[in-house]
Amino acid sequence: MNRKEVILSTQSLGKYFYEPIQFKVLDDISFEAYHGEFFTLRRTGGSGKSTLLYCLSTMDTIYEGELYIKGEKITGKKTDELAALRGHNIGFVFQFHYLLPEFSCLKNVMIPALKLGKYSHAEIENRAYEKLEMLGLRDQALKAASKLSGGQQQRVSIARALINDPSIIMGDEPTGNLDSKNSQIVFNIFKQLAEEFNQTVIAVTHDNDFAKNSHRTIELADGKILSQNSNTPDPNISS
Amino acid sequence: MKLAVNTEIALTHISTRKRQTLVAAMGVTIGIALYIFSDSLIKGFAQYSRAEMFKTFPHIRVYKEDEISQPLFTEADTNTVVLISNPKITTLTKSIVNPYLLLDQLKQHSYITSAAPQVNVDLFYNNGRSQLKGLGAGVNILEADAMFNIQSTMLAGNLQALASNLNAIIIGKGVAEKLNLGLDDNLSITSAQGLQKVMKVVGIFSTGNKATDESKSYVNIAAAQQMLKVGPDYITELYASVDDPDRSPEYAQKLQAITSYKVEDWQTSNADTLASDRIRAVMNTSVAFAIMMVAAFGIYNILNMTITQKLNDIAILKATGFSGKDIVRIFVLEALIMGVLGTILGLVTGAVLINILSKVYVGPPIGYFPIYYRLDVFAVGAIFGMLTSLGAGYLPARKAAKVDPVEIFRK
Repeated sequence: MNRKEVILSTQSLGKYFYEPIQFKVLDDISFEAYHGEFFTLRRTGGSGKSTLLYCLSTMDTIYEGELYIKGEKITGKKTDELAALRGHNIGFVFQFHYLLPEFSCLKNVMIPALKLGKYSHAEIENRAYEKLEMLGLRDQALKAASKLSGGQQQRVSIARALINDPSIIMGDEPTGNLDSKNSQIVFNIFKQLAEEFNQTVIAVTHDNDFAKNSHRTIELADGKILSQNSNTPDPNISS
Repeated sequence: MKLAVNTEIALTHISTRKRQTLVAAMGVTIGIALYIFSDSLIKGFAQYSRAEMFKTFPHIRVYKEDEISQPLFTEADTNTVVLISNPKITTLTKSIVNPYLLLDQLKQHSYITSAAPQVNVDLFYNNGRSQLKGLGAGVNILEADAMFNIQSTMLAGNLQALASNLNAIIIGKGVAEKLNLGLDDNLSITSAQGLQKVMKVVGIFSTGNKATDESKSYVNIAAAQQMLKVGPDYITELYASVDDPDRSPEYAQKLQAITSYKVEDWQTSNADTLASDRIRAVMNTSVAFAIMMVAAFGIYNILNMTITQKLNDIAILKATGFSGKDIVRIFVLEALIMGVLGTILGLVTGAVLINILSKVYVGPPIGYFPIYYRLDVFAVGAIFGMLTSLGAGYLPARKAAKVDPVEIFRK
């Protein structure tokens, strides 16, 4: 594993909120994330971490400073270019699953790949089955997304995030709505993605255990980076 | 591929909200059906009234216009006082000079399908002491039939009998009733020139126009000339039919170049009728437009509602690589599906309404209701339906494309 290859970096990222009063929510955030790294952003009071994640995700384009993904400057690109870039490079897992309720689990997983259009329909279907298999949901594939339990839905949304083999997977409180058992499953999947598939996982969390067991944690306080710690992986948890 | 996934999403949205789709489509259906129905009604009626008009009016009419005397002094001179200025009609004769030469010249033009001479004579129909004022049309009855389809108005008798008998007359239904005349009865007529003649009634017609039926009659040209005490070269009017009645003014202008007599197209003679046709068409289009606006608003509303309910879906689609254009395509496609559905149903409903009304018998002289299937009306209806749906879909779709996913995810 090449740990030192930078995949995403920021230079003095800053952002203001104007409501209710002007308030600097991110201040001079500079860091790098590497290939195959499981990386967490943790809050120690105040907001800001989700805001940072949305800036990193390219969905929020109003910020100061610069963002680079795979060495390419992202800041200043047009929204449609950014949408295509997200399709190629970034998978998302949110606190809420955001599955399309009218579609089956399989279709939900397939849609981003169908949009990207890199593979044929049959191949995409195969790959979607593979991802669901990996997350232990193959038998649920043809059920409507709305019929599954919360934990299952969250895993479907992870499968959806993985369908295009993105280099970066971003999670916004991915275990926020899950019980401890499902949280553990999601955690293990993330770890596996980073260590076995060499994908970069960037997750925002308020869960100390979750953060502690990731490879590296950035702690934010009042919009600034408080500390960057490399964690010692817990041998009991790593798969 | 790109289109396929957008289409699939649009189709899924549509198929999971069948009822709302149907309601939106119904709006379009009603709009299109009413447009097609009312426009067909108006166009059918215009077609009918035009056909009625062509039973009495030729496409092109050539006649001698009354001449007004010119003043003796054309230039006003300060030293001259004009004592007499009294313009008068100076037409000595209504006849066209050398009419058959002019008739041949008319017939040489490829757009003239038929041309015939006519001699009109003012006359009185007498029955004992009662008199009825009328107008005798001296015609070659077979040529006139080709032009005005007189046969279709005949209630009794036949046209051949007129052609073969110089003393025969075909009278209107009103004349027959007022003077208590039947087929083969004798009728005494008097012309304004004072000539009296006994004619044999060989036919009775009814045009549906009371004034015409109570005054008009057909006689042979020779009989009419006799009544006027003139010779066989006395022809007052030449009538011509053309291949395309709508181009009559253009043809009339061309013909005017070859003769000094007045050439008049039917549009000029019937400007009032045509103007009221146009006003009806404008009124109808405005009403149909208003109905379609309401239908478009229905689509707009339902799509707006769909988008408000689907903000989460739009946000995740945008997060996973769908551009604003993709979102617009998805929702415009949904509007188009509603529009196509509504338009097809509207075309069918319109056709059914026309079919029902065309079977309603109004009674003579109209017969069945004059409403017809017209391709142009259906085509305009379909295009109208599609365009309004497109417009009604685009506005909310553009709004959906502007949804900021971050704002949705933050909630």
